Amino acid sequence: MATTPKRPPLSPRAVVLITLIVGVALPGALFALILVLSAATKPLVVEALIRKFAEVDPATWPYTTLVSWGSVVVLALILLTFGAVISGMTVWWEMRVSARMQSRIGYNRAGAAGFFQWIADAVKLLFKEDLIPAEADRMLFRVAPYFVMTGFALTFVALPFGESLIAADLNVGIFYLVSVTALVVVGILLAGWSSNSKWALFGGMRSAAQVVSYEIPAGLATMVPILMAGTLSMQGIVRAQGAWPWQWFVFTNPAATVAFAVFFIAQLAEGNRTPFDLPEAESELVAGYLSEYSGFRFAIYFLVEFGNLWVMGAIAATLFLGGWQIPGVGPEVYAAAKGAGALPAPGWWGLQALSMVVMVVKTLVVLNLIVWVRWTLPRIRIDQMMTLCWKYLVPVAFVTFVFTLLWQVLVARQPALSTISGWVMFAGFVVVTLLFARQTRANIAAAGDHVDMTNW
Amino acid sequence: MTQTTGKILGWILGTALATGFVVVMGQLAIVPAMKAMPPGETTATGLAEVLFYVIAGLTIAGAAGVALSRNILYSAIGLLAALLGAGALYVFLAADFLAVAQLLVYIGGVLVLVLFAVMLTNRITEITVSNASLGLWGGAMLFVAVAPVLLAVALVTPWETITPAAAAYTTETIGDGLLTRWLLPFEIASMVLLATLVGAVVIARKEIKAD
Repeated sequence: MATTPKRPPLSPRAVVLITLIVGVALPGALFALILVLSAATKPLVVEALIRKFAEVDPATWPYTTLVSWGSVVVLALILLTFGAVISGMTVWWEMRVSARMQSRIGYNRAGAAGFFQWIADAVKLLFKEDLIPAEADRMLFRVAPYFVMTGFALTFVALPFGESLIAADLNVGIFYLVSVTALVVVGILLAGWSSNSKWALFGGMRSAAQVVSYEIPAGLATMVPILMAGTLSMQGIVRAQGAWPWQWFVFTNPAATVAFAVFFIAQLAEGNRTPFDLPEAESELVAGYLSEYSGFRFAIYFLVEFGNLWVMGAIAATLFLGGWQIPGVGPEVYAAAKGAGALPAPGWWGLQALSMVVMVVKTLVVLNLIVWVRWTLPRIRIDQMMTLCWKYLVPVAFVTFVFTLLWQVLVARQPALSTISGWVMFAGFVVVTLLFARQTRANIAAAGDHVDMTNW
Repeated sequence: MTQTTGKILGWILGTALATGFVVVMGQLAIVPAMKAMPPGETTATGLAEVLFYVIAGLTIAGAAGVALSRNILYSAIGLLAALLGAGALYVFLAADFLAVAQLLVYIGGVLVLVLFAVMLTNRITEITVSNASLGLWGGAMLFVAVAPVLLAVALVTPWETITPAAAAYTTETIGDGLLTRWLLPFEIASMVLLATLVGAVVIARKEIKAD
């Protein structure tokens, strides 16, 4: 048997270079496409583009509808691809962070710092056999992942990326985002039941109980920024906030700080993330509702689970952390940069790109926080999970809700209140962060260790 | 033997009634309605129109699935399709808030609870579980009783075609309406929910006996 000639290994420098190029170019290209397409698929812009490039009147041109629908389809495909890629890159990031937190090496084979591992994993899962257990309900078993995937994909419709960068600025945006997650629950329940395995059924039931319970504190906490902004639209909520941290909703109302905490915890639970990963609890339920899945369908569940981190981060950034607002750039600056024509001027695109960077950075900070929480806290018991929701989060969420009602009445009479609250709460946040950093340093020093950032 | 005879009799009667009903309704309502339609009106079959029929088909197929499926879990899935289709039809009516509320309340709340309850039962695949007392005969009678009314309403009502304004957002209007003109019905509806909650607690709670 002839052995294939072994390819000479690439030099480490070349590996780092290739990894860097792909790691920057892949998300970069997707962000650029979202930037261009989400602004260019609006009807007015499409018409202006047709007038400019095809040099025909869009009102009489027979292909106008086709072009506008086609551009929306392309945007949808790009957003889905983005969801998949960001999900894979989140897996890599999470594995690297967890390895560091547990003093392991972690991914380090494919590419520099194991960056290509997520691609290798995905390809492997696609080639694996798609097993369906003999006793399973074949149709529902096959269909269940699609519900989960649909629920995930639909969230990208109303997820803002920048000032004008959103697939559809729905008037009921946040309400829509809260409700499409329902499809994920349906998918998980069906997966649990159709597998015809007790582990899967337990996982599915736990998941449904958990998500249905935590939807209540999450919904109530979401009401706080909605009340403060007076709109359900995602972009409207961002526009109601300022760009500087002390102008964010999370600080301008003392109750909103609490609501943010409630919202964050409830989002962790709805996303089945540790410490709320009871539905998958590998030490008791094998893998919960995923137990019987393999290959492609298994990959879909994981894609959604990790892609949800981005969605959670983006929603939290929009509702509480000022979204894409750039300090010192108000709506009049955007209007001025856009110019009078139907097609925006180059400066406007620059502003859009900048607002996108702000949004992405905030989202990634929240995403990283979620990863830290997962590798810090142990899984809680099911009774603790229910107690936390119904005895603590729901009452607290109700209090923040009622407080916000009163607060809005007060602020309407005395607008300075919200500014004062913003400064006080932000100062408190800075102090707590500094104390936390100092304590962490002290703890590390007490263990005879030192802070070392070099061993990536 | 008598059972079979009864069934056959029921079938014959049902078929006769259904045929008679179709003929009578055809004479009374459908033919005049067809005549009343303006003849040469061309309808532009755009993409939106095609989409509308696809969604309406999905809704009806889902509803049929609920009624005809032999597996109660498949019925629940049929319900999901029907509710999703109804939500999509609200979008066509430019009722954005209502469409999303449909999704949240019926899919996220009602359907998940239905699935939950179905999964806790173990006789899922037995068709006899659901309304065994009336069967086909009762169904046929109900159909004959209800269908003419519905069909007459659908055909006799002078439907108006209103093109909704491009960006008529409904959220504020609904909020205003609920807190001003319709406040009393709104509050009474919340009393129903309260009664339901109390009832659920009464059913679910266990007497703790001191030993």
